[in-house]
Amino acid sequence: MAADTPVEYIKHHLTNLTYGKLPAGYERADGTVLQETQWTMAHSAQEATDMGFMAVHVDTLGWSVAMGLLFLGLFRFAAKRATEETPTGLQNFVEIMVEFAQGIVRDVFHGRNPIIAPLALTLFIWIFLMNALDLVPVDYIPVLAHAMGVEYFKIVPTTDPNATFGIALGVFILILYYSFKVKGPGGFMKELSFKPFNHWSLVPFNLVLELLGLIIQPVSLALRLFGNMYAGEVIFILIALLPLWVQWTLHVPWAIFHILVITLQAFIFTTLAVVYLSAAHEDH
Amino acid sequence: MNINLTLIGQSIAFAIFVWFCVKYVWPPITAAMEARQKKIADGLSAADRASLDLELAQEKAAKEMQKAKEESAALVDQANKRAAQIVEAAKDDARKEGAKLIEQARAEIQQERVQARDALRAEVAALAIAGAEKILETSVDAKAHSEMLEKLAAEL
Repeated sequence: MAADTPVEYIKHHLTNLTYGKLPAGYERADGTVLQETQWTMAHSAQEATDMGFMAVHVDTLGWSVAMGLLFLGLFRFAAKRATEETPTGLQNFVEIMVEFAQGIVRDVFHGRNPIIAPLALTLFIWIFLMNALDLVPVDYIPVLAHAMGVEYFKIVPTTDPNATFGIALGVFILILYYSFKVKGPGGFMKELSFKPFNHWSLVPFNLVLELLGLIIQPVSLALRLFGNMYAGEVIFILIALLPLWVQWTLHVPWAIFHILVITLQAFIFTTLAVVYLSAAHEDH
Repeated sequence: MNINLTLIGQSIAFAIFVWFCVKYVWPPITAAMEARQKKIADGLSAADRASLDLELAQEKAAKEMQKAKEESAALVDQANKRAAQIVEAAKDDARKEGAKLIEQARAEIQQERVQARDALRAEVAALAIAGAEKILETSVDAKAHSEMLEKLAAEL
């Protein structure tokens, strides 16, 4: 492992496995200079940063897609075998989750939209599974990856702002879509312009306020999830820096506490997404 | 902590997952749940109906029972009346018969008395004649005095 000092150890654990484009003439971490523009794995945190926007975090995408597939696979399996007779095992669990999602939607969503409940289910289970990866001891996967020749590996997708902002972006697009669809472009504009102060002279002020309020929705969704998970992850890493014999005294309580956090964060993200979508459906 | 294409990738993954869930995961599960819900509701209402039916049947049975009791009571009553009637008629008959028998016996007795009286009378007449014969020592011509004798006998 390329981690000799605590700082390096932490930095190493917080660096994603990045695949991206490096420009021609770039001096790589090992000192070689690129002859031409090249798509390659980043060999250092600096390289990952220098790749700019044209890069992907392979670990984030891989694990989030894997968790998504796990969720969909499990639920599709149960859905295929769903029976109206007495349910057993997996179907019970799946139905509890479905009812949970329906419950969230029933409580906070006041429109009629068949997409919202499955959306809530997807968000909750997917984010929960991604968060749950936080409970895997911080060194297991990176050491394994290192043994297979992969330098950086960060398995919890929700500690990567790209993941949380990506999901929030999807939610935001839905918010905009339904705002336009339900209220109409005129109605949406009117709502942005004449709230909270219903007077023509205050339209610019309202616009600034409401647009900010609108944009803050996905940002708050993404940052809340990211912040909580990132902080949790950092604390796990810090605990891992302690002497071996004392680690468990902190690691065990923190992990138990984190079981609550990962569930709660998934729940909060889901509920708030539904709340925002509900607001988008409200036509005054 | 670099923002890069991962953001877009994640959004696409999100969209695909939601689409898949909406299309292939959600409907079968909720359909099964709703079907079961309906089944349970049907079962419960059937049970309700059955208990209502039972109640009605019990009511009907009680009514039938009541009716049967009344009918049987009426029958017993009728039978009792009829029996009393029969007994009464029998008594009546017996009484009549008895009276008839008594009457008959009386008539017979009367007849016998008359006969006995006649016989006695004849005998008394014969005795009187014999007595008279003895007294007169003469024979009385029975034929000649028979009219007188008969008159005497009738007076006895």
